[in-house]
Amino acid sequence: MKVRIRRFDGQKEWWQDYEVDAKPSDTVLDVLNRIREKQDHTLAFRQSCQMGSCGSCGMVINGLPALACQTRIGELKTESIRLEPLYNYKVIKDLVVDLNDFVNKHRSVKPWMIRKNPEELEEAPTEFKVTPEQNLTFVQFDYCIMCGICLAACPTVAIDPLFLGPQALGQAYRYIADPRDEGFEERIDILDDSHGVWRCHFAGACSYVCPKGVDPAKAIQYLKKDILKYRLLHKKRASTKPAELVQKAPPPNAPKPPPFDFKVEGGV
Amino acid sequence: MRKDIGMETLDYDVAIVGTGLAGLRTAIEVLRRDKGKLGLRVAVISKIYLMRSHSVSAEGGTSAVLYPEEGDSFELMAWDTIKGSDFLADQDAVWRFVHIATQEIRLIERWGVPWNRREDGRIEQRWFGGLSFPRATYAQDKTGFFEMRALYDTLLKYDNWDRFDENFVTSIVIENNEFKGFTAIDLKTGNFRYFRAKAGVIATGGAGQLYRITSMAASSTGDGYGLAYNAGLPLKDMEFVQFHPTGLVPRGILITEAARGEGAYLVNKDGERFMQKYAPSKMELAPRDIVSRAIMKEIMEGRGVYDEKSGLYHVWLDMRHLGKDRIEQRLPFIREIGLKYLGIDIVDQPLPIRPTVHYNMGGIHVDIDGKVLSSSGMPVKGLWAAGEAACVSIHGSNRLGSNGTNECLVYGYIVGNDVYNYIEKERPSLPSPSQNLLLAEEDRIFGKLLGKESGGEDVYQIKDELKDTMEKYVHVYRTGSEIEKAVTKIRELKERYKNIRLSDRSRIFNYNLEHALELGFMLDLAEVIAQGALLRTESRGAHARLDYPNRDDANWLKHTIALKGPDGPSFSYIPVKITMWKPVARVY
Ligand SMILES: Cc1cc2nc3c(=O)[nH]c(=O)nc-3n(C[C@H](O)[C@H](O)[C@H](O)COP(=O)(O)OP(=O)(O)OC[C@H]3O[C@@H](n4cnc5c(N)ncnc54)[C@H](O)[C@@H]3O)c2cc1C
Ligand code: SF4
Ligand code: FES
Repeated sequence: MKVRIRRFDGQKEWWQDYEVDAKPSDTVLDVLNRIREKQDHTLAFRQSCQMGSCGSCGMVINGLPALACQTRIGELKTESIRLEPLYNYKVIKDLVVDLNDFVNKHRSVKPWMIRKNPEELEEAPTEFKVTPEQNLTFVQFDYCIMCGICLAACPTVAIDPLFLGPQALGQAYRYIADPRDEGFEERIDILDDSHGVWRCHFAGACSYVCPKGVDPAKAIQYLKKDILKYRLLHKKRASTKPAELVQKAPPPNAPKPPPFDFKVEGGV
Repeated sequence: MRKDIGMETLDYDVAIVGTGLAGLRTAIEVLRRDKGKLGLRVAVISKIYLMRSHSVSAEGGTSAVLYPEEGDSFELMAWDTIKGSDFLADQDAVWRFVHIATQEIRLIERWGVPWNRREDGRIEQRWFGGLSFPRATYAQDKTGFFEMRALYDTLLKYDNWDRFDENFVTSIVIENNEFKGFTAIDLKTGNFRYFRAKAGVIATGGAGQLYRITSMAASSTGDGYGLAYNAGLPLKDMEFVQFHPTGLVPRGILITEAARGEGAYLVNKDGERFMQKYAPSKMELAPRDIVSRAIMKEIMEGRGVYDEKSGLYHVWLDMRHLGKDRIEQRLPFIREIGLKYLGIDIVDQPLPIRPTVHYNMGGIHVDIDGKVLSSSGMPVKGLWAAGEAACVSIHGSNRLGSNGTNECLVYGYIVGNDVYNYIEKERPSLPSPSQNLLLAEEDRIFGKLLGKESGGEDVYQIKDELKDTMEKYVHVYRTGSEIEKAVTKIRELKERYKNIRLSDRSRIFNYNLEHALELGFMLDLAEVIAQGALLRTESRGAHARLDYPNRDDANWLKHTIALKGPDGPSFSYIPVKITMWKPVARVY
């Protein structure tokens, strides 16, 4: 089988073709390891768990951002495979992209449990009561493995580098929806911003590509609703900050925005 | 040829290597205790992104006593752990461990873990192998993942720490039995770094990658063991490698023990629930060593099923009778794994499974506070180890399922506090190691390895042969003559390793270099495991010798200690700490 990989060594970019034996039951990650171990030791890609829980191996497979360890060759139904680094990130080497901005955005929405009385988080003679039904209100959003794939599919991320993005917003909602959390007011000004929830125009690509069924697009719509409700009740303007100019130019080194009508057979 | 790149020195009060559950919990504890009082600065270092550590793969549960009023007790959990360990656990450590586990479960509940709940909103628990009470606390079948999320998120709330994602630690700097820091390669730039710190913590996890079929991550290469061993520190009980009974054929992906906790059957090719022959009362829920042995026995005696695609023999794990609802609520990830990797829906088909390498009971020799001990038995000043990298020993020769994640949490808590107390009390100053030591390490990596022009051996070829050797000769069942073959082969591979040559000479993300350094650790470790296994002429827990089928307390109720010597490891033994529970026959 032919594997075509978009490569980058810090200076130049090129496409490289490899010919590999692959069974339909092999994953794309198996194939990459075979190439690196048997043919080309210089090929760079990330991996760890090999079972879809660590988020290391996100890349663009035949035009669709996905996890290499959870994509089987058979389900691709193509003669050859085309692999690229995740879109909308700065490429460092081959399939390895820079995630610093991504992890910083995540941190900026205060993705941790907030209580009005912080001491309650430090002492635990007993647990908070959460019914199985209440668990269901947020647990889906807690599935996020921080693979960053959703940002690679998001058309808004591609044009606004300051946009918080589906992952961070989804994680803000994960805590806001958690009955144990009381941090909505602490987070609202971060989210209620022209680069926050309002930048999302609900393309839904993030939810389509998310390998863990997190559905960040849904989370963002819930956030919008919660924010509007809060602002109405508290008679505050929706945003106290003046809208900043959208940076039109894509970030340096960001490849073109992803095609939008993904229709790779088999899908993710 | 030496590539001159210069060294960057980074100063911290505490440097933590490894950010699985153990490393993250330690970091949080130091920062949480401090609250800015001493203004301690912590470096958090991992060779992959912090939140991607192997702990995310833990599936089934975390044991703790939550409901004494319903019949559980610390005594019972301690007894289960000690009996499960085949009496090689240190009982004082187990006793302390079972007490702290309870508070940890509730603490991380407050930090966000979505534990499965009872109808009344309290935390739910379930059965796991070798337990006498259903005390495995769980969050679906992604327990470790949710725990990692909660700890990682909680760490983000603190300010006084810096993250060093994708920094590969290459050595522990120790002089005069005093910890002086870690050296590392920043994979993003290829730069050499020296983390100078007053206190160091090793939380680098286990070494499943020594084997072909493993449930452990590609990053579980046992670096921490290698780092300690190279620094002249003792490793304890390394011959005890846990095989999890239910690895998905062919690659060994884990099917959690919770599947059997929820009632799954193990069935051989004749459709027989064969566990009734090996553990008539506990059946499928006997401890892992016993179930793994049983599966291998079935296969060895011709009652396994042959899988043509992989050429492997296996048995079946049958969950059909659990019904779709229960599976969706409690084992959704297992269903996803079956569908993704084999196209099998566990709702209407059984899964092909066989034992898969899963955990290292042994590790860096530490005391009950997690302080790393030197060859003299004295603690190394300023150095701790926690989690799977450390061997306290709580698990002895066989860890119970659901007792790994809690050890990480408990020891993160203990070590974090011990580190803090040490700095608060002793007010150590930043160390100043001899420059030669650091330069020699830099030259080892960038001169002797990366810059090496000669030699024809290939990193991945040697790694392949090593994995095959371990898989073939140092598996669930071992015999003296087979282990000897392994030892001979490992020595040959070690010789060949001296002749490796890297084909990637670049600096940025040079995985070829990282893999070569990992392989160095793995070869040493394989030798320690195999030789330790050869010397231990008994069967205990995960170490099952066909030529010595019985446990031999008269001669072998003791821990193995391995030290690096000029021609391979040298071995000595230390007693097991027995307080309350005398060893008895282990019947389930
Ligand atoms: C599939 C699976 C399922 C499991 N399920 C359960 C369960 O249900 N219940 C249970 O109790 N236990 C379970 N376990 C066991 C438990 O998950 C592990 O023992 C535990 O997570 C280990 O955590 P750790 O913090 O010690 O290390 P790890 O999580 O393995 O982390 C190691 C860290 O060290 C870093 N590191 C390693 N080498 C270097 C280096 N040279 N330089 C820099 N950084 C380095 C890595 O990057 C990583 O951050 C399971 C294990 C497996 C394999
Ligand atoms: S929301 Fe989904 S796609 Fe985005 S980072 Fe999380 S797991 Fe990945
Ligand atoms: S390797 Fe962990 S998600 Fe693919």
